[in-house]
Amino acid sequence: MTIRSRSRVTPYAALLPMAVVASLGYLGAGLWTFYISLTGSRTFPSGHFIGLAQYHRLFDNERWMLSLHNLAAYGALFVLASLAIGFLLAVFIDQHVKGEGVFRTIFLYPYAMSFVATGLVWQWLLTPGDGLDGAIRALGFEHFRLDWIVSQDHAIYTVVIATVWQASGLVMALMLAGLRGVDPEIWKAARLDGIPAWRVYAQIILPMLWPTVATVLLLLATAVAKLYDAVVAMTQGGPGIASEVPAKFIMDHLFLRSNVGLASAGAIVLLVPVLALLAPYAYARSRKEAA
Amino acid sequence: MYGTRRWLLGAWLCASAVAAHAGPRAEVIHWWTSGGESAAVKQVEQAYRAAGGTWVDSAIAGGDQSRAVTINRIIGGNPPTAAQFNTSKQFLDIIEEDLLNPVDDIARRDHWDQVLPAPIIDVIKVRGHWYAVPMNIHMQTWIWYSKSAFAKAGIAREPASMDELFADLDKLKAAGLIPLAHGGQAWQEILLFSMVLSNVGGRDLYLKVIRDRDQGAIRSDSFRKVLVAYKRLQAYVDPASPGRNWNDATALVISGKAGVQIMGDWAKGEFIAAGQSPGRQFGCLPGLGADSPYLIQGDVFVFPKTDDPAALRAQKLLADVVDRSAVQLAFNKLKGSIPVRLDADDSRFDACARKGMAILRDPQRPVGVAEVYLTPDQNGALQDVLTAFWNTNMPVERAQNSIASALRY
Repeated sequence: MTIRSRSRVTPYAALLPMAVVASLGYLGAGLWTFYISLTGSRTFPSGHFIGLAQYHRLFDNERWMLSLHNLAAYGALFVLASLAIGFLLAVFIDQHVKGEGVFRTIFLYPYAMSFVATGLVWQWLLTPGDGLDGAIRALGFEHFRLDWIVSQDHAIYTVVIATVWQASGLVMALMLAGLRGVDPEIWKAARLDGIPAWRVYAQIILPMLWPTVATVLLLLATAVAKLYDAVVAMTQGGPGIASEVPAKFIMDHLFLRSNVGLASAGAIVLLVPVLALLAPYAYARSRKEAA
Repeated sequence: MYGTRRWLLGAWLCASAVAAHAGPRAEVIHWWTSGGESAAVKQVEQAYRAAGGTWVDSAIAGGDQSRAVTINRIIGGNPPTAAQFNTSKQFLDIIEEDLLNPVDDIARRDHWDQVLPAPIIDVIKVRGHWYAVPMNIHMQTWIWYSKSAFAKAGIAREPASMDELFADLDKLKAAGLIPLAHGGQAWQEILLFSMVLSNVGGRDLYLKVIRDRDQGAIRSDSFRKVLVAYKRLQAYVDPASPGRNWNDATALVISGKAGVQIMGDWAKGEFIAAGQSPGRQFGCLPGLGADSPYLIQGDVFVFPKTDDPAALRAQKLLADVVDRSAVQLAFNKLKGSIPVRLDADDSRFDACARKGMAILRDPQRPVGVAEVYLTPDQNGALQDVLTAFWNTNMPVERAQNSIASALRY
């Protein structure tokens, strides 16, 4: 074996364990889940094949359909709001305000907390009679009412508020890093031309930050698909089933309701949009590399 | 002095070491973690020690959590000696996978066929074998009421029908009180529904819907009436009820701010802890009318399969200890439930528990709660529909259809 060929083998040898774990752990588990979703498994996985019956049952289930609906509404609002607030925070901090470090810490702090802690804090803040509702009424606004968390139509939006509050700090940190990477010459040139700052941000800086935005979008999108603990901590899916989400449906059926088959079908359905988002991305990348 | 103490300590250490080697050693997973519950399970532990065994306590807070751990350990090949489950279909799959040891000899010796209520037997006896030792019975749909609230609203006697209950709730509302203290969580809503179904629909309809999952009965007009009555109760609940815990709802009744709560007999522990006593500050009604069905459930111990002779000995001894009337009495007095053996002496129980024991001995009245007849999955699907119906403006027809489809699988 020559030195050259050995040096070509070494990186592959180093990558192999990760590749094996990833393919067994992710691909294997995915295929296994798909297989289980075609069986009548209850508490234990079983080989009793029943075709697509679990999927049929899944889409016959009102709670599942409502969960998908909730996830779509939540996802759109959460991603847009986190992105907008995070970007604006980054722009403000980028104006070289005094005490920048303090603000950065304050804004990033929520991200250091778990969703469960965030959820519990907001649950308390939003409970009618206590928290915000009580405090504002105590200030003399007798008719003020903030009862979203116990309302059928608004409960899911309280989850949006809490999770945006948590995630926008991270978006800010990433965006700020991007902004700091912008060449100061661009600003000088824009100032000489007399272009207002907001137009520089909107038309020059933001397009330049596209790779950062793509990273942020990817992070936020995974947070959407995973949404579980914030809902459990804040509303437990209630009132009624108003704020249920797919991940909670899956967890409930896996662990509490002893229906591994139905839970697996749900997990596969949840995987489909992720793949649908990922496929065009991978395709674009491969096109770029080929070019 | 110092020397004596050291000697005593040494002797004690030796003795406990010997005891650990000599007697059977049982690791027990259970979820009796609240104050009253852990005091109750201590009684079983002491009895097991007195019988020569060593008790290794694995308490895991939360029934769901505890059952998940038990099932994972059984699958993983490291099962506990014994584990708690509810008297329900929660462990049916484990029996069907042949992962539990039967307790037939104890069941035969103590004539379980004669001394246990029928709904309990139906759950623990599978294909002729007994697979669990029942510990206690909870009656889940007691109607608790505050005497002071009833007096304030001018209610002179206990309601004996659903119409009378509605009339009383109206009076409570007129008196400016919360008529029905309700914790707005899905499991409490199915409990409330079960009370309405058994009292308005009667025993036959209850069993047809919950046990037989009879599509015709679910689509019948009498079941529709049940759903309407259930939904009508919602008008008597305060707006802050969604998400509330059961004990916070009980606190409303204790303080006299609310009139009535429908909850299992564990609520009695809250009244007693607040220094109230049955018949004086609060009342307990086992149902509306003299022949209302009595909805029961309870806890059991199961014994995961093992061939290890030491573990088998530990399981046998535990099954024997748990089935003793004296142990069940000591346990249930602290737990707030009642013994599963109908031949137990109940003279030292409070008025509510004695009422319950008397009803239990009438074979016509006890039926199981939904979990007794439905798999966890079916029960959960039913719960989803009921909580959605309770909390939204869902039309009755749609609720009826959704229940039919939830119970079809």
